[in-house]
Amino acid sequence: MQIFLRDAAQFLPLLLQGVKFTLLVTAGSLILSTLLGLVWALMRVSGIGWLALIAKLVVNGLRGIPILVQLFYIYFVLPELGIALSALQASILGLGIAYSAYQSENFRAGIEAVDHGQIEAAQSIGMGWGMMMRRVILPQAVRIVLPPYGNIMVMMLKDSSQASTITVAELTLQGSLIASSTFKNMTVYSLVALLYLCMSLPLIGFVGWLERRFGKETRR
Amino acid sequence: MSASMIEITGVTKSFGAFPVLKGITANVNKGEVVCLIGPSGSGKSTILRCINGLESYDGGAITIDGVRVDRSQPSITGIRTAMAMVFQRFNLFPHRTALENVVEGPIFVKKEPAAQAIARGRDLLARVGLGDKVDAYPGQLSGGQMQRVAIARALCMQPKAILFDEPTSALDPELVGEVLSVMKSLAEDGMTMLVVTHEMGFAREVADRVLFLDGGVIVEQGPARDVLGAPSHPRTQDFLRRVLKPI
Repeated sequence: MQIFLRDAAQFLPLLLQGVKFTLLVTAGSLILSTLLGLVWALMRVSGIGWLALIAKLVVNGLRGIPILVQLFYIYFVLPELGIALSALQASILGLGIAYSAYQSENFRAGIEAVDHGQIEAAQSIGMGWGMMMRRVILPQAVRIVLPPYGNIMVMMLKDSSQASTITVAELTLQGSLIASSTFKNMTVYSLVALLYLCMSLPLIGFVGWLERRFGKETRR
Repeated sequence: MSASMIEITGVTKSFGAFPVLKGITANVNKGEVVCLIGPSGSGKSTILRCINGLESYDGGAITIDGVRVDRSQPSITGIRTAMAMVFQRFNLFPHRTALENVVEGPIFVKKEPAAQAIARGRDLLARVGLGDKVDAYPGQLSGGQMQRVAIARALCMQPKAILFDEPTSALDPELVGEVLSVMKSLAEDGMTMLVVTHEMGFAREVADRVLFLDGGVIVEQGPARDVLGAPSHPRTQDFLRRVLKPI
């Protein structure tokens, strides 16, 4: 135990540097995937055929390609086309785009779950499509969407480890670097696992809080 | 008689191959209360929804004060704000309080100053007997209370007419009266109303005219007393017999 603690004290600063990148990648790709996902979802429910079709093709394309391949594509192929991104930028972009497909399906399900009578009520007081979405449909869809959104957030936190494959020194990569140079596999990976838990458990708690917060007003 | 406000001329509509409206011609004058009655599937609600542009129609014309109702034209927004709608299932916004529901249209669609709309909204909620429920969410209200909020929401738009689509059909029987009495007081104040209803007592007491629809056509129309009291068409007679003595 003493050895574990001593090693932990030694490794922790390095691992915490990795935590910093894990959080950066997660936050960046979460924001990007949420915004993009909302765009795809709104295109899908816009009622405009060609917009919906484009969104559908994009979403299915993104869902059909492994995230790793998408990351490699952005990091290794784009430079050949003259678009060079840093590893951090590429990982945020790649994970953000890849996850936007899942976000989009979640948002669309939430939007379509709102009672059709709400659309009619909004139309009957003269609201256009944009105002109806903003003031009537999306606020109600948020409530439906939050639990699966929480899941996606936690999955994205963990999947940020895929950024290690394109050299982002996030937690998993830092861990494996330390482990391979010290052979203290048990100590290092226990710490890595604990650090992921330290990040994901509060996140799960935060989503629970959000659900209570948004559920309150419409409680029956 | 004053000029007619809602003019419906030869309106037809099909859902796929199934014709729901087979040439409806009718009108509603300013200040008039017209009840639409008839068996389910007769096209009553569809007409109402066409007037507000919630449904499109295939043939004929509907005009509101001379402006044609056309869902594809920008004028539809003005028509919708002028033809307020009260739904069978209330369709209140569950994430907004009673007052917020009532002032949503005036503030955000008609761009009225908020203070003015809120003052009117409070008055209207008081008028429908819900002065103490201003800050309640729909989930905290009974069906009758929700429908009265919906009526206040319609009134707050300061519409030319209100369209009621079976406003009491989703209510427990003991809550029907409170909604009907609000509607009756509106009628007494001269509000133009087109009401799809199964409440024959309300129709008899409040309506200036009653239209009986069956199979997408107006079978019979006239003063409430005549259509409900002494129907001349066998289908009207049969319908009323079944509605009034269901067993």
